[in-house]
Amino acid sequence: MNALESLRYFIPETIVLAGAFLVLTLDLFLRPKKVLAALSILILIAAAFFSFSLPANPHVFSGFFHLDSMTVFFRLFSYGVVALTILISTCYRAIENKFEGEYYSLFLFLALALVLAAASANLLMIFLTIEFISILSYLLVGYEKKNERSKEASLKYLLFGSVASAMMLFGMSLVFGATGSLWLDAIPVTLAKESAFFAVALTGTLFILAGLGFKVSMAPFHLWAPDVYEGAPTPVTTFLTVGPKALGFAVLLRVLVGAFGWFRFEWGPVIALLAIITMTLGNVTAIAQTKMKRLLAYSSIAQAGYILMGVAAGTVAGIESVLYYLVAYALTNIGVFTIAIVVANQSKNDDIESFRGLSRRAPGLAAAMVLFLLSLAGLPPLAGFVAKFSVFAAALQVQLYTLALAAALNSTVAAFYYFKIVRLMYLVPSDSEQTVENPAALSFVIILLLAGTIALGLFPAPLMTLAHNALPL
Amino acid sequence: MASHLLSWIVFTPLIGAFAVLFIPKSAAEFTKWVALAATLVTGLLSLFLLTQFDRSLGTVQLTEKALWIPQINVHYFLGTDGISMPMVMLTALISILACLASFSIDLRQKEYYFLFLLLETGMMGTFLALDLFLFYVFWEVVLVPMYFLIGIWGGPRKEYAAIKFFLYTLAGSLLMLLGILALYFHTDPHTFNVLELAQAHFTVKFQKFVFMAFFLGFAIKVPVWPFHTWLPDAHVEAPTPISVILAGVLLKMGTYGFFRFAYPIAEDAARWFAPYMAILAVIGIVYGGFVALAQTDFKKMVAYSSVSHMGFVLLGLAALNQNGFNGAMTQMFNHGTITGGLFLLVGVLYDRAHTRDMTAFGGLGARVPLYAGFLVFFSMASLGLPSLSGFVSEFLVLLGGYQYNRVLTAISCIGIILAAAYLLYMIRRVLLGPLNPKWAALEEINTREIITLVPLMILIVLFGLCPRLLLAYMTPTLNGLLQSMGGLAL
Repeated sequence: MNALESLRYFIPETIVLAGAFLVLTLDLFLRPKKVLAALSILILIAAAFFSFSLPANPHVFSGFFHLDSMTVFFRLFSYGVVALTILISTCYRAIENKFEGEYYSLFLFLALALVLAAASANLLMIFLTIEFISILSYLLVGYEKKNERSKEASLKYLLFGSVASAMMLFGMSLVFGATGSLWLDAIPVTLAKESAFFAVALTGTLFILAGLGFKVSMAPFHLWAPDVYEGAPTPVTTFLTVGPKALGFAVLLRVLVGAFGWFRFEWGPVIALLAIITMTLGNVTAIAQTKMKRLLAYSSIAQAGYILMGVAAGTVAGIESVLYYLVAYALTNIGVFTIAIVVANQSKNDDIESFRGLSRRAPGLAAAMVLFLLSLAGLPPLAGFVAKFSVFAAALQVQLYTLALAAALNSTVAAFYYFKIVRLMYLVPSDSEQTVENPAALSFVIILLLAGTIALGLFPAPLMTLAHNALPL
Repeated sequence: MASHLLSWIVFTPLIGAFAVLFIPKSAAEFTKWVALAATLVTGLLSLFLLTQFDRSLGTVQLTEKALWIPQINVHYFLGTDGISMPMVMLTALISILACLASFSIDLRQKEYYFLFLLLETGMMGTFLALDLFLFYVFWEVVLVPMYFLIGIWGGPRKEYAAIKFFLYTLAGSLLMLLGILALYFHTDPHTFNVLELAQAHFTVKFQKFVFMAFFLGFAIKVPVWPFHTWLPDAHVEAPTPISVILAGVLLKMGTYGFFRFAYPIAEDAARWFAPYMAILAVIGIVYGGFVALAQTDFKKMVAYSSVSHMGFVLLGLAALNQNGFNGAMTQMFNHGTITGGLFLLVGVLYDRAHTRDMTAFGGLGARVPLYAGFLVFFSMASLGLPSLSGFVSEFLVLLGGYQYNRVLTAISCIGIILAAAYLLYMIRRVLLGPLNPKWAALEEINTREIITLVPLMILIVLFGLCPRLLLAYMTPTLNGLLQSMGGLAL
């Protein structure tokens, strides 16, 4: 399908792209910047509204993108996550009014980039879209322009990201050398014929894995994450722990399971091992943290480890579990960060100590936080439990016993530090009587996410069906 | 209503919990009454269950089944038989009494009763679920309220005790989850249905794997020596009503798990593991007894006596014969009533004296004779005085144990002697001797506290004199279980 015909199916993306420029232009004239936030959210809702029409032939734009049900899944996911992030950002104080409009339009561009990454059908296109996401992320991380930490984080992110991109590109060149193709659907066909280049292709795959591992904060490519997450403006951190990570997994699934599913038994154990390292490093390091954002940073690294279990399985159940996990994780993690923003707005710092006695000062907020943390810890009957259950099941189905056992033990360690926060909120008396002020927008986000977390835990069937239908097979 | 009786029993406390949540601040004094009403209604429903239950059948009755998650074949599946029914009755009773005993708690009442009722829903669900997924959900639901109940309303080291309890149990249950998933994938079509799993025949090697996964989960809960270290901490730090629930119901969830899941599903592995189980049981019986003897803290003594008494349940399980099973099941029930009563009595004393150090008392028998009477009664029941229920169940276990292994049974008798020793020693230190002048003004036990104790006493005497009343409900199911495991049922 040529570009013009394909545009018909890219209406949502066209809306988002036009919307991004519109917001950028309006920013020059409009004073009250919150209007721009509202407009951006409306644009995303409008785009989501047009998301469901699928072409008969998924290969659009001369085959560079495939517009299949998996793309639609991640399209809705991305728009949802970006819309929530924008909503949270309106209540974040550290972004200067002068730059606020630009900030929202950057997020709209980012929404576009995420969808394109999920849709890419060509290694080169994957590289371009991942870079698109990365560059926008670097900008947003450094958005608190007068904050040294924010700038430092941005620079660190840029340096690490560049190395990762270079590795990924190198890997792609190896794959191209071995197979003579950059098309995801052509690679397995060539490989089946040219078995002589197996080793080269496998090496190339591992390099690509390194590049994507950077995006999903997989050990040993996670080192940037804590510093960047801590330095970035909190709404951006929220977004980074969810959006690019999820899309990293989408691409990982497309590349590993889609194109290289053929030698699943070669890369499967590698991913399983990396999953164990990732979750263990994340969990063990999280225990000692005293800053909320850092604790959540390590927690999100550990969560990436659990999600990798589904990738390591590489089966249909594995992919489904990854998709389910990503949604459950997005709901809970954005929820936790939103509450962290509310609390930090009041205490003016990021210490987990500021959660002291929250159950007395803001009972509703504390209860919501407990539910989110329980979901992150994987306790029933919440979304996180079903998610964890699914990845466990996926791993056990293909006899990855060590991985499942390691994950079980890790979950206990994780419960320990999640309960550190619960303990502060409920067991420790507060030193101040100050109540916590909670802006309406954030309350709305929290209630929405909480409802989702509980609903996905009690009634997981609809999302499971959705994840099943999203399979690219 | 009869068609959804079990669901009502499980979720009535939850409805009560949310009712508690919506009580306005101006009507805060009604909180406890609403909670009590919820437990009472659950109790009445359980009594109704007693009338609906056909005890001559050994099979699962009053089942409710609805598809919950079709993709992975998970059902909302409840049902009851001779193993779970007594546990449901015990839970209902202990919950009412513990709720009544909670009336002296003033701190953060709303949260307290919400969590308390949530806990009851979790316990009821655990005993009634017949789908492993559903069972796991309820099993974990018990964990979280317990953490808060110990952590907020507990004693000086409450935070440590709460997180220790939580992490210990969580680790065990996650390993159990792996076992559950392994079972699921080894059946065709994949299922979590306990009844279907019990019918399936697995290889011995696989059974051993599953059994060990379940064993770790359940053994931590019982607790089996050497997994018992969370128990003294949790018991001692928990507030009185929660100690009662811990000892009365929560510990039974572990042994119930053996009866319901581990034994029927992995019968060959159960037979393979029986000697080890028996050895661990006897170690627990003797070790728990000796450690209890060494305690000066009243509550800690009762806590360790639980380790010892729960050992008898395990010994009965390991014996794999009719007397052993009957003894284990009755011991589960009787230990709940007896030790529940003892914890209540420890709480009565602690509320007044604010210490649990037994050496600090003395001569209380003269000062508070009514209290002394109750304490002596429950101590006698606990040490196995014939005509009280503790004797019956321990005797049955020893009978079954004797058929199984004489040496181990002989050793476990030391536990009974030790029970007599530490309980009588406790009575001497607390009730007898010259009155410590410090307690000259100690108040007598009040009516509310007596109300919490009398139902337990009635049951202890009743089942001590006429154990058939209790056994009649259990035996058909236990015989069925034994037969399916290839044992002899007389």
